[in-house]
Amino acid sequence: MLGYAGTVLYVDLTTGKTRTEKLTEETAKKYVGGIGLGMKLWLSNSKAGVNPLSPENPLVLALGPVSGTMFPTGGNGHAFISKSPATGGVGEAVSHGTFGAELKRAGYDAIVLTGKAEKPVYLWIDDESIQLLDASNICGKSPPETEDAIKDELGDYYVRVASIGLAGEKQSKIANIINEKTRAAGRTGLGAVMGSKNLKAIAVRGTRDITVAKPDVFMDMVREFHERMKGPAVQKYRTLGTVDNISVTNELMCMPTRNYSASHFEKTENINAEVLNERYVAKIIACNSCAMRCEHEALVREGPYKGSLARMEYDNLWALGPNVGVDKLDAIIRAAELCNYYGLDATSTGVAISFLMDCHEKGLLSHDQLENIDPHFGNGEAVVQLVEKIGKREGIGELLADGVKVAAEKIGKNAAELAQHIKGLEVTGYDLRCLKTAALAAAVSFRGADHNRSGAFALDLRGKVDRLKAERGRGKLVKENEDIFALIDSFIICKNARNTLYNELGDLAKLYSAVTGAEVTPQDLSVAGERINTLAKLINTREGLTRNDDTLPWKVMNQPISDDGPVKGSVVTQDELDLMLDDYYQARGWAVEGIPSKEKLKELGLQEFQNIVEA
Amino acid sequence: MVKIHQRKFISADPEKCVGCQICEYACSYSKEKAYNPIKSRIRLVRVNQLANMAVTCRLCEEPACVAACPRNALSQSEDTGNIVLDKDKCNGCGWCIEACDYGAMMLHPETKVVYVCDLCKDKPDGPQCVKWCPEEALTVVTSDTLAQKARISVIKKLFQEKEEKQ
Repeated sequence: MLGYAGTVLYVDLTTGKTRTEKLTEETAKKYVGGIGLGMKLWLSNSKAGVNPLSPENPLVLALGPVSGTMFPTGGNGHAFISKSPATGGVGEAVSHGTFGAELKRAGYDAIVLTGKAEKPVYLWIDDESIQLLDASNICGKSPPETEDAIKDELGDYYVRVASIGLAGEKQSKIANIINEKTRAAGRTGLGAVMGSKNLKAIAVRGTRDITVAKPDVFMDMVREFHERMKGPAVQKYRTLGTVDNISVTNELMCMPTRNYSASHFEKTENINAEVLNERYVAKIIACNSCAMRCEHEALVREGPYKGSLARMEYDNLWALGPNVGVDKLDAIIRAAELCNYYGLDATSTGVAISFLMDCHEKGLLSHDQLENIDPHFGNGEAVVQLVEKIGKREGIGELLADGVKVAAEKIGKNAAELAQHIKGLEVTGYDLRCLKTAALAAAVSFRGADHNRSGAFALDLRGKVDRLKAERGRGKLVKENEDIFALIDSFIICKNARNTLYNELGDLAKLYSAVTGAEVTPQDLSVAGERINTLAKLINTREGLTRNDDTLPWKVMNQPISDDGPVKGSVVTQDELDLMLDDYYQARGWAVEGIPSKEKLKELGLQEFQNIVEA
Repeated sequence: MVKIHQRKFISADPEKCVGCQICEYACSYSKEKAYNPIKSRIRLVRVNQLANMAVTCRLCEEPACVAACPRNALSQSEDTGNIVLDKDKCNGCGWCIEACDYGAMMLHPETKVVYVCDLCKDKPDGPQCVKWCPEEALTVVTSDTLAQKARISVIKKLFQEKEEKQ
């Protein structure tokens, strides 16, 4: 079957031994690739209750069936999968760029990394040659610096690198894995898993040909998707960028501000997409194979943060801007650049800082703890200082470096009420109190608080449903959106490009067949999407997560929105959440406790994991 | 013989180039029926996030690659200015690669002889990289049209700045 390389590489970092296994057609078809294949490989290579930061926790790197082809965005992605140190459940994060395409050309569909190297190393994959090389002289370097150092050392500009920064080396639970300087597998703290293995970086050079089963059909599809990418479906990403959402969520009063103290930011006009683009965006660039090119590079040209350069998106701008009450774009760009420098998930970092500011405002912190930093909402320089502290795990940064759940436990008192997370993963920029479909989706998301597991927030934002109402039927909507998103992350098509999939499952089925030559129907893929979500639930169940973990942050359930306007008083009550959870589990064919039934496992071909639901 | 001013080659506009590498895929697919950048006649370089540009053969006057070849395997077409390789004479020594200032000469990983952009001379719709570039950053130019373009853009900029100051 074309599309897949047909090979899974196993690397034991303890012994330095490597081996390959064939990827069977059956497994490939069943789990598609990306997060689906990665979770399957993780589950089959780990034991229940494994400590996420122990050598026994595998870190899986997986590609999709179209990786390495010129299909726009689908050709260039990769996914990391492991047990998340932040949530204790399944952790996964995808990224795009060129790294994934290079790895496919080296001849692999996935890499399973286990063990722990004695000293810091990096993995050098040069087609079939696999080596662990000394990384002691690149330790402490940022991911961009690491990339340059490795290219230099190997003497090859076209080597592609994914690496961790200092935060990952120090096993911060909000550390990410960055490839090609600005692209991050950001969420769920997988940088810490990599750090726990003493693995600083993965460098790859692949020289093999990638071919597809039906070149003419495929090239017509590429041409068609280039046209779609120039059209209205993704115009926002091409022009103002995802940052444009700042104005949208602000106007709809669903942009969490100052750690959920408000649901809109009164100074949005200082930081919106128009200002960012006019004054700071120096260049828009593309990932490999993408005709949409949405990566907005923002450069600070004057003032105290002169020279700072960061890729700005809605998520990092929200987290380091309105979420912390800051309306100074130069400070926001500097903070975003520092997140990249240390290898920190900018969303979680921003929420950790807003949590600290909230604690400070409520008098939960001592003066000594703050070390001359003045963490009041709106202080951009304090945000910049705090990112540095978190990156280095220094002083007050040590308190925040493992995310808000851990920080709240350390502070005690009622700090947990201010910690905006689900399952240990920090929230993103959508006020769940007035986006009730999104609230359900966030509560059930297998990787914790996140909007990217289903995109259900779009139903609320676009008025497809009454966003202030919790009602039956939302469960089915969330399920359907989750299944599509799981597939997108298994093909590893960029979420920003999802709107170009006019026929969603139809387009994906046609693409899969054109590349692999294996005929699949939209219905087959729909089942695969359901299978992948159920597999994730099986992992979480095996690792001890229950219905109680499918919940929402304290403020979402106990502190109604106080902003004047149509959303005033909105909150998600336990009754509303229970109603929606029951509805969702039912739509999924899971028991009331959120555990998949044996019948469902049989239907999805997941009987091999039946012991998990019997336990 | 084609005059130097009329000689056509492919040029990338660094302002427009976004570094997507679609040109590399279009080239390798068109020439080798495979998606593989190392078999592309045009290569993208991203020096940093702000500096992206694709580079290929410039069809120089007095081409250094031709002069450097010790086996007379390379010549310049009198009709088009294209660099032409006699595969039987090339032994892959790489002197032409060393001589080219643009990195346009490359050694093929399988045939072990050098290869270079031929402007898709056998394609009725012209160079495939140009056809596929989604940003219209690639164009077939002559040194004359390039100079014209530069001239026009610098003057436009000058007057724009003047207007902004007023």
